[in-house]
Amino acid sequence: MATAINPIVNPRLRVQVLDDEEIQRIHTATLEVIESAGVRFPSSRALDIWAANGARVDRDTGVVRAPGALIEDALRRAPAEYTLAARDPSQDLPLDGRHVYAGTDGCGIEVVDVETGELRRSTYRDVADIARVADALEEVAFHWVAVSAQDRPAESRGLHELAAIWRNSTKHVQTESVVTEREARAAVEMAAAVAGGRERLRERPVLSLMECTTSPLGQDGGAIDAGLVAAEAGVPVGFMTMASCAFTGPVSRAGTLVVGNAEVISALALMQLAYPGCPVYYAAAQTAMDLRSGAYTGGGPEDFVFGAATNALADFYHVPLSMGAFATGAHEPDWQAGLENGLSMLLASAVGSDMLLGVGLLNGSRIWSYEQLLLDCEIYALVRESLKGVEVNDETLALDVIRTVGPGGDFLAEPHTRRHMRELWQPRFLDRRPHGTWLAADDRARDWARARAQALLAEHRPEPLDDVTAGTLAEIIARVEANAGVAAGVGST
Amino acid sequence: MADGLFEAMRRSVEEGDVAAAEATARTAVDEGLDPLEAIESGYVPGLSCVGEGFASGELYLPDMVLAAKAMKAAMSVLEPEMKRRGATRSVVGKVVLGTVKGDIHEIGKNLVGTMLSASGFEVHDLGVDVPLDRFADVAGEVGADIVGVSALLTTTMTNQRAVIDTLTSRGLRPTVKVIVGGAPVTQAWADEIGADGYSEDAVGAVTLARRLVGA
Repeated sequence: MATAINPIVNPRLRVQVLDDEEIQRIHTATLEVIESAGVRFPSSRALDIWAANGARVDRDTGVVRAPGALIEDALRRAPAEYTLAARDPSQDLPLDGRHVYAGTDGCGIEVVDVETGELRRSTYRDVADIARVADALEEVAFHWVAVSAQDRPAESRGLHELAAIWRNSTKHVQTESVVTEREARAAVEMAAAVAGGRERLRERPVLSLMECTTSPLGQDGGAIDAGLVAAEAGVPVGFMTMASCAFTGPVSRAGTLVVGNAEVISALALMQLAYPGCPVYYAAAQTAMDLRSGAYTGGGPEDFVFGAATNALADFYHVPLSMGAFATGAHEPDWQAGLENGLSMLLASAVGSDMLLGVGLLNGSRIWSYEQLLLDCEIYALVRESLKGVEVNDETLALDVIRTVGPGGDFLAEPHTRRHMRELWQPRFLDRRPHGTWLAADDRARDWARARAQALLAEHRPEPLDDVTAGTLAEIIARVEANAGVAAGVGST
Repeated sequence: MADGLFEAMRRSVEEGDVAAAEATARTAVDEGLDPLEAIESGYVPGLSCVGEGFASGELYLPDMVLAAKAMKAAMSVLEPEMKRRGATRSVVGKVVLGTVKGDIHEIGKNLVGTMLSASGFEVHDLGVDVPLDRFADVAGEVGADIVGVSALLTTTMTNQRAVIDTLTSRGLRPTVKVIVGGAPVTQAWADEIGADGYSEDAVGAVTLARRLVGA
């Protein structure tokens, strides 16, 4: 039986970070940037599409300068709502503006080994194990490729990662690791095999693609070509900006929003020009540069505000948002990780982001930690319960019970209490024990989280992928490897 | 007279004022000042001051980069004059830098190049998506002390090993040291592929490069 996903639905607490006039100003500034400075599209296919639609194209530099009306008209063709399908239809995710789903984060390069605690390079086995554990968690609604399968050939790595996840989970997969046309074609073919054919895939996209922009004001040619392959097949595709204050964007928040917005909406517009009505989404994980090292910080007030602001922009364009949330900069599951991911998660949910990326990574999305995965899920659950707000009706006002107990009594033994007590939230990884018990036990929430992960790794058996489909996936990968000249056996799954 | 000009040169670098750095360099050329003296007595003290400010935590990365750009602007005015006089500034070392084949990410590599140039290294930046042989070709041509190989993706990171192997097969190592960097790179990876060094950020890369050339 597939694990039921328990998402945030209709959050009662709503936060508005930009008013209508401010959003309009950012939008207008963005169109001016696209028309004057332009955005670089290093893909001959993309340049052909832009040129055919009347944009000014510089073939030498790859820079496209498109009039605002062209961008606006193209964006209007994007569907406002659609559903991310899962292998198990009970786990489908309607992107309808009412839900906030969390996925695993990606794409890490190292793993804190759950048994030894040692840091080591990530492998195919880790991708499979993480998918299997996440399959069992009600807070995880979909997968990103959490870590890189670095023991698989570069030419087919992104495909092995997809196969690893589909073999170990029935939930939707959103890959951020398929970044070439060649891999995208194979990925779509694999997704069609899982969905039951090309037409079925269009109706039930069990895969979505997430491609990164190259800030400032650039696209990755391979990513654009991969996106076009997805768009053609009806596989949802999103473009993520990571423009950061003071380095890849202006130091000011509004300016960095404009740069990131120009990258994202120009890419989404291109998809609509090529395949009108194809499902697309906005994606962003913006931050401020670390002023000392120049590094991407991950976790800080700028990140929280950017998340909320990009949600407002995605709403303005009537497309779903996949947003960088969690993603603490902390080195271990500690005070900093809890603080950053807690605030990030709360704000991201209170603005109603559709997809949140994601749970489980440390150090600015570099290091996978099963402890952090479970602790992030606890944060998600805590926020989900908070955002339910207060339900007000006859049963919840409980007038009869209050009259019965009266002044000075207690509500412990009331049937009303027993009827509803399991609606009170119970923490799994918050320590509410009495102080003396805590002293004597000498263990911490991190230890419980690790034990839980170990238990899931040992016990959870996901609904297997049928042998025929699994075989088809392996064949597709083998063919890609043969064409790329990868030595036989190197890439065996 | 020269003292006032040296002071203005120092200040142009400290303040990251590219226009002032160029103007003072032009004045030096017009007045027949020894360009090497202008560098050592004018601009270098400014750069040292910014470096100290950064080390103590008062200044930030943009201060360093602006100072480096001002320094570079002054150098580009002074270099033709140095050439004319047959004077050469001693460099701390020669570095060949590039982002490996298959990878178009350049921002980190560029920052390292800027910081190394400002610190007195002669930097040959090969750009992005650099064919593996080209690192060894240019390293041989210019007599490089250090080859710096950048990669942002786990799929292209393996090309760092290939660059090292090429340098080895050409007999360029161990005289040419190799430093590696990029988001997926770790010290363990650097050790595994036989790189001589790895740094987590641009300022650390300068420290590393100086150590490798014994400066």
